[in-house]
Amino acid sequence: MNSRERILGRVRRALADAPADEAPIARDYLREHGQRTVAQTVELLAENLADYRAVVHRTDPGGLAGLIAALLEKRGAASVLVPPGLDEGWLAATGAARVADRPGSTPGELDRVDSVVTACAVAIAETGTLVLDGSPDQGRRRITLVPDHHICVVRVPGQVVSSVPQGLERLDPARPLTWISGPSATSDIELDRVEGVHGPRTLEVILVGED
Amino acid sequence: MSGTYLGMPAFPEAAREAVGNATLRGNLRHATHTIRAKRATAVSEVSDWAELREAGKRIKDHTLRHLDRYLVQLEEAVTAAGGVVHWAADAAEANEIVTQLVKMTGESEVVKVKSMATQEIGLNEALEAEGIHAYETDLAELIVQLGKDRPSHILVPAIHRNRGEIRDIFAREMSEWGRPAPEGLTDTPAELAEAARLHLREKFLRAKVGISGANFMVAETGTLVVVESEGNGRMCLTLPETLISVVGIEKIVPAWQDLEVFLQTLPRSSTAERMNPYTSTWTGTTDEDGPQNFHLVLLDNGRTDTLADEVGRQALRCIRCSACLNVCPVYERAGGHAYGSVYPGPIGAILSPQLRGTGSEIDASLPYASSLCGACYEVCPVAIDIPEVLVHLRERVVQGGEVTREGNKVVLRPAKGHAAERAAMRAARWAFTHPGVLRGGQRAASRTRRFHPRTLPGPGRAWSGTRELPPVPAEPFRDWWQRTRGGKDGDR
Repeated sequence: MNSRERILGRVRRALADAPADEAPIARDYLREHGQRTVAQTVELLAENLADYRAVVHRTDPGGLAGLIAALLEKRGAASVLVPPGLDEGWLAATGAARVADRPGSTPGELDRVDSVVTACAVAIAETGTLVLDGSPDQGRRRITLVPDHHICVVRVPGQVVSSVPQGLERLDPARPLTWISGPSATSDIELDRVEGVHGPRTLEVILVGED
Repeated sequence: MSGTYLGMPAFPEAAREAVGNATLRGNLRHATHTIRAKRATAVSEVSDWAELREAGKRIKDHTLRHLDRYLVQLEEAVTAAGGVVHWAADAAEANEIVTQLVKMTGESEVVKVKSMATQEIGLNEALEAEGIHAYETDLAELIVQLGKDRPSHILVPAIHRNRGEIRDIFAREMSEWGRPAPEGLTDTPAELAEAARLHLREKFLRAKVGISGANFMVAETGTLVVVESEGNGRMCLTLPETLISVVGIEKIVPAWQDLEVFLQTLPRSSTAERMNPYTSTWTGTTDEDGPQNFHLVLLDNGRTDTLADEVGRQALRCIRCSACLNVCPVYERAGGHAYGSVYPGPIGAILSPQLRGTGSEIDASLPYASSLCGACYEVCPVAIDIPEVLVHLRERVVQGGEVTREGNKVVLRPAKGHAAERAAMRAARWAFTHPGVLRGGQRAASRTRRFHPRTLPGPGRAWSGTRELPPVPAEPFRDWWQRTRGGKDGDR
């Protein structure tokens, strides 16, 4: 008997006396917490992102390229990673060298890039969370991990939901997902929260209004 | 479980030593009180906490009730998504599978995401024995590994260390394992985290094999979920070419939607955050993004035996948040090492004796490592009635009875060391059913009370070693009643 059969057999014997359980699971918890207008939900996203030490900026589509260029310049970024499907207009104003997200690039090469700019799939206001799903405007998971500075653009209010349940509904589990709530952090030393261990130590979020 | 813990003394002895260590008590008190207060705030932000808790409990119970079906469904989904599923009945088999998988890659070092399951099976030691170095990449695990120490908390394994101790460990040990600590390293948490970042980054960037556990596995989609803060998880899950995940079979949830409950309750219960900084999910492999070889090792190692126990099986609902540790008055004073297991605190006191059986002295003592105050049950986000299971396991230790071990029903004999207690209880039962004997005994006790020792001799010494003997009144209650009220209207 192989281990698969052994384990499944043990499970079935262990449950032989267990009462049948067919009552449906009550999902009487809330779909979102509190009553908010769309604008208030966006405001809450901004507050919660900032509470976990993300730097939040706001602009409109016309100001986006200029803001990104300014943020990269302020950071002193000489190079910026670009996912293959990123809107070209977003980087129109920056002089930083573009580094393409190539499958063949090594982690060492990524480590030498200063910043990365991506879009996101959805943002969750109540928890201050951005979710990236590997779409062409977000690129592979590692490009938002190795560089020390991540600029993430969120289209508001279209990409913003209130809650975790609403966020999950919008996501495709077949894609690799990365949920980001503030920059990398640790609480391992005397439970003091310190930002920045292995992921980007600076997370800047641009909330861009829609036309 | 891991051989590291073999030969541990029973809980009372280990705890006595720990309680005498003032630094340890100070570190633990500071840490548990900090997180306790933060957690209460994080939980109070969600008005439907009770409903989320009940849903979490019900989802887990439902999954466990149909675990065979969900395991098969998960296997199919992971396989369809490009992963390979392996089944391991015990620690030895799991270690063997992982070792072979690493050897097949030709690599001799691996990077690891913090994982309770791999600690439980002693994977690092098993790999080391085959010449494979496993680097722990969680900051706290790194502190533990460099300090040649053992983890003492589920979530914050180095909770027993303060910043000064951590600085000393980094300065002394980092050069042995790779990039040395920077010159003049101070004990500020930011500098210590920076030292860890530099030390580990060189390992991440060259790693070809990553090893992880998982917080959840979704049967419906074959998705695995890892919840973390530092980004070391993302490093291990996405940079290597091969990813091996070792996961206990109880970590399944049926559907994608079920994550909406646990992704709300887990971060708030564990780190007291609305959401942890990073959550990664992956479903098999994805072309050109992340590892191209994915292996899932499904681990039993005592879980099916636990499932066979009607009362005890609820321990398998545990999502390893560690809230129960942070509120436990016993954990706060004794520390995690005293539990002699990778699962310390209240959950460890019910999980370890079930996974490993109550055969050893330490496992037989764990159900007693509690004041039964119930705080652990109150905070548990999946409502595990830990006190109920503790009492159930105490009964098993004292009385023996039928249990399942490695899939077989066996009859457990009463544990040694409880003979005196059983004899005392039998004597008490006899006395209480013979009023004349009881009266005579009580009078004798009252009249001789000046001569009573402060501690009990013989087998009673252990009991009175940690308790005051109750004072005996000058006159038994029944005599007093007879003399005062009883004479007037109570006498029939």
